[in-house]
Amino acid sequence: MLWKVVTSHLARYKKQIALIVVFQFIATIAALLLPSLNADIIDNGVVTGDTGYIMRVGGVMLGVSFTQVVCSIVAVFFAARAAMGFGRDLRTSVFRRVGTFSSREVALFGAPSLITRNTNDVQQIQMLVMMTFTLMVMAPIMMVGGIFMALREDVGLSWLVAVAVPILGVSLAVLISRMLPAYRLMQARIDTVNRVLREQATGIRVLRAFVREPLETERFAKANQELTDVSLTVGRWMAAMFPVVLLILNLATVAVLWFGGQRIDTGAMEIGSMTAYLTYLIQILMSVMMATFTIVMVPRASVSADRVGEVLETESSVVPPTNGISDVSMHGTVEFRNAEVTYPGAEQPVIRDISFTARAGETTAIIGSTGAGKTTLVNLIPRMFDATGGSVLVDGVDVKELDPDFLWNRIGLVPQKPYLFTGTVASNLRYGKPDATEDEMWRALTIAQARDFVEAMPEGLDAPISQGGTNVSGGQRQRLSIARAIIREPEIYIFDDSFSALDLATDAALRRSLTPVTAMSTVIVVAQRVSTVKDADRIVVLDQGRIVGMGRHEELLTNCETYIEIVESQRLAEVGS
Amino acid sequence: MSDNTLKKTERIVAQGGPGRGPGGGLVAQKATSFSASGRRLVRLLAPERLKVSFVFIFAIASVALAAIGPRILGRATDIVFAGAVGKQFPAGMTKQQAIDAARALGNDQVADMLEGVDMVPGVGIDFEALATVLLIVIAIYVGSSILSFLQGYLLNDVVQNTIYQLRSDVEDKLNRLPLSYFDRQPRGELLSRVTNDIDNVSQSLQQTMSQLLTSILTVGFVVVMMFLISPSLALVALITVPVAMVVAGLVMKRSQTRFVDQWRSTGTLNARVEEAFTGHSLVKVFGRQDEVNAAFEEENEQLYEASAGAQFLSGLIMPIMMFVGNLNYVIIAVLGGLRVASGTMSLGDVQAFIQYSRRFTQPITQIASMVNLLQSGVASAERVFELLDAEEEKPEEHDAVTIDDPHGRVEFENVSFRYEPNEPLIDDLSMSVEPGQTVAIVGPTGAGKTTLVNLLMRFYEIDGGRITLDGVDITEMRRSGLRSRIGMVLQDTWLFHGTIRDNIAYGRPDATDEEIVAAAKAAFVDRFVHSLPDGYDTVIDDEASNISAGEKQLITIARAFLAQPSLLILDEATSSVDTRTELLVQHAMAALRSQRTSFVIAHRLSTIRDADLILVMENGSIVESGTHDELIHERGAYWRLYNAQFAGAAV
Repeated sequence: MLWKVVTSHLARYKKQIALIVVFQFIATIAALLLPSLNADIIDNGVVTGDTGYIMRVGGVMLGVSFTQVVCSIVAVFFAARAAMGFGRDLRTSVFRRVGTFSSREVALFGAPSLITRNTNDVQQIQMLVMMTFTLMVMAPIMMVGGIFMALREDVGLSWLVAVAVPILGVSLAVLISRMLPAYRLMQARIDTVNRVLREQATGIRVLRAFVREPLETERFAKANQELTDVSLTVGRWMAAMFPVVLLILNLATVAVLWFGGQRIDTGAMEIGSMTAYLTYLIQILMSVMMATFTIVMVPRASVSADRVGEVLETESSVVPPTNGISDVSMHGTVEFRNAEVTYPGAEQPVIRDISFTARAGETTAIIGSTGAGKTTLVNLIPRMFDATGGSVLVDGVDVKELDPDFLWNRIGLVPQKPYLFTGTVASNLRYGKPDATEDEMWRALTIAQARDFVEAMPEGLDAPISQGGTNVSGGQRQRLSIARAIIREPEIYIFDDSFSALDLATDAALRRSLTPVTAMSTVIVVAQRVSTVKDADRIVVLDQGRIVGMGRHEELLTNCETYIEIVESQRLAEVGS
Repeated sequence: MSDNTLKKTERIVAQGGPGRGPGGGLVAQKATSFSASGRRLVRLLAPERLKVSFVFIFAIASVALAAIGPRILGRATDIVFAGAVGKQFPAGMTKQQAIDAARALGNDQVADMLEGVDMVPGVGIDFEALATVLLIVIAIYVGSSILSFLQGYLLNDVVQNTIYQLRSDVEDKLNRLPLSYFDRQPRGELLSRVTNDIDNVSQSLQQTMSQLLTSILTVGFVVVMMFLISPSLALVALITVPVAMVVAGLVMKRSQTRFVDQWRSTGTLNARVEEAFTGHSLVKVFGRQDEVNAAFEEENEQLYEASAGAQFLSGLIMPIMMFVGNLNYVIIAVLGGLRVASGTMSLGDVQAFIQYSRRFTQPITQIASMVNLLQSGVASAERVFELLDAEEEKPEEHDAVTIDDPHGRVEFENVSFRYEPNEPLIDDLSMSVEPGQTVAIVGPTGAGKTTLVNLLMRFYEIDGGRITLDGVDITEMRRSGLRSRIGMVLQDTWLFHGTIRDNIAYGRPDATDEEIVAAAKAAFVDRFVHSLPDGYDTVIDDEASNISAGEKQLITIARAFLAQPSLLILDEATSSVDTRTELLVQHAMAALRSQRTSFVIAHRLSTIRDADLILVMENGSIVESGTHDELIHERGAYWRLYNAQFAGAAV
């Protein structure tokens, strides 16, 4: 998956990658030339005190070195742009893919997980790509070049390379493989410690009210100790890493001197070759190190790539029709025909045998206890997901055949959780109608009983709204979310338990002012309170996913047991216990 | 202003679930009193004095050995060189003869070189001597590596123990801070201190200490070695140090601002993605996909620009430092060559000098980058220290009073209280509540209904008068003693991450299973628990969608049943609770209230009407108090509230 994700998104950057390889190649060749120039300066310049020669070769050396710097910089420039561009493109792909998802896929992954996949996971892969462009491209060139140069100096000592490289590689692999699991555990334990502290800081009132400080301190001490233990392990492996690598490099140097000395003694090798060989061997080993450090990142990135790939390969269960119908004769009629929804993997359908028709100018209320399937039912209308059986028709056409924009344009939805977007009161209202005028906004706010508190805010319509709308109260959030739907002047209103956070007086006032506005529209109300639904033209009583009663308030009072039960419970609540 | 403070207070109480602190903002922070905090950070290591001194000894020894290594290895090269040269001359010849022969051939250069070499004509490489030298070198390197490992190992111990202690101190501190601290401090800010900042301190200590130590020592030793060989050349070589430092510093400074940009853009983009995915269905139904995509792409582009810049600039340092190193090399070679020619310096010395100068630039680069990391670490440490230095709660009375036989009689005697010095909230409030009575606290949202709770629980200390429980001033009781007599049932945020069983037993950790089930039955928890697959072991967390808001409240009621408190504080507010559960909640609360003194943040008309005393709050202060009939008669705030809230509904 890693390969697929990376290659598919790197295709655009072929040119940059070619440039990176070319410039890294030149830079690496320059790096390989430097040792012999170094040696040259000493052998032929310093030894003889020939400053002119030193200046000349020194000039060449500086030139080569300069070339190396310039090429490295150019390569890093393209690497940074290509790798970060890759990250940007991958983020866009994921974001756009999630945009096509229906509520079902979003629920399947979970919004928090999708967010992590779109941000952190992409970041992981992007870092690997960056490392590959800078280190991984250089390492093989360095290695091959180093071996080539070393062999040129002396073939007889080549076995030293064959021994030293695996020793270093294996040592590093062993150290890193020990360190990684511990490191992961450490990350998990940091999270635990932070979570405990977080809970203490946020739940401080509860803690103190229940005198739980000693117990929490104990819980924290345990988490802290566990973190310290694993950090100690990680730290010890880290402490071993540097000395081990250094020792291997130093021992390799000693070995070259000893075995090289023997070859020199027999006349098989020049002394100058030995010094150069030494430098090349060190360079080869350095390239092994660079490669190892990059490879270490692969497992982590490949987990991330799997998670990202999963999103990219998921097809939305709600597929928009190719030639969506956007020309209908009726207006605002919603019809359920034996609709049924079964979640993937579930044995029982959440709702089944749902049949009723809601017409323009009528209010249809849906009531039932938690888990009865009310939200699932109304979510079928805007195709948040599709019915697994039966069908849902809007204006006489199956929603699956309607053009999505056409469909959505006629719906004003007020969701159960009144979510607002970062911005201002006005920008949230424009969510409902992009070209809304101030007058239209105030009108919608008035109807939604939100005018007073918006006027009370110093910035009025431009009052800032934080993400999710957390800077206004639950009731205010609900009223703003209602205003956002009203301003659309839709043909179909869906209020999904939208009055729960309002006090009874506001609830009543809101319903009074809504009546004239929604007179021509189809209104579907999901509610808990009998007082909210009792004036509806049609009340649909749901119990465990089935319709157990349908009719007006008075009718249901005579023939629907579940409804009577609900009414009774609320009457008790009002009269008092 | 007072209104604002109160709103904030209420919001903090009401906020549920752990939020995310603003991360990544640390980099931008400047350490305002850098050196003081740095010193304090170092003082934290004091308990580990002994280990720290060993760390220093090992580090010095290890770096010294590593520094001597090349010099001795140079000896080995000399032996090989001497052998190689010696072999080219016939045996029996003296060294002087060989030199003369070379001069006779007009080969002055060779002759000069031979003079500097310790060779015997006709004799090849002295492998015995070579072996000895190489064994010494191996011993030195092995020794250096072992010492370096020990140094790292001990330092790791020191750092981890210190961080362990710092974390413990912070946790201790949290328990001693007054509640006003938590209310004043934005939550994300506080969380950031106790998590991100400590992590950052820990990481920068771990990463910098060892490397900084060895890098500084290496530079020190190398400089010493260079001065030993040739003071004047050493001075020249040192010129490149400030150059290297300045260049590295400049590049890093620039790349750091880019990194700050990068983190900022990452933050905005994350927020954008979070919003788009959380409000996914709204985006669709309101047909705003295109706008959302456009906004995302714009921010994504900004992140790309920032991170490409940051990666590029930080990638510059290595090549630039390499170039500076090479420049240094050529300068020394030129000057060294002049010296050799003039005979003021031996060839071996120049070679050793060059070797040392090569080992010079790398640790300097490292020091530069470590200083950066350390700076951010000290900035974080400072924020942690600020928390540790915050004023603590008033210490407990030494001879605290305990009530053996509590009845639940509460008396407020001329109580006054204010959050802000200039804005009195409660002024001269007196009331007495007999055992078993109910006090209803009413008022619009944001009126400060939790203030009374704060005072009763001694979350805040009153400014005047006194509050007594069964005749005992609550300030004379231990806070824990007082609080364990009071049961609180607030909204679902009062549950913590754990099983239902643990949550019920929260108020009385030593409760038996039977007691827990009995409490659960009394609070109607038992019924729905049985429909959950894991029963009482079902874990409650933010995602626990199998438990409704009403059911969560039932659990907090069960908790209060189990704790058997003599005084109750209840919050009736139940948003989006379905009607059947709502009824259960009411029954359970009523059962809990009977025979107990209760303060109820009331929303139900029945509760309010039946209360023995109604306190009406507006804008943070109590504006009226009395019974329902009295207050209706007065036609004041209560009357208005009653008409607005309930009159319509009663029809």
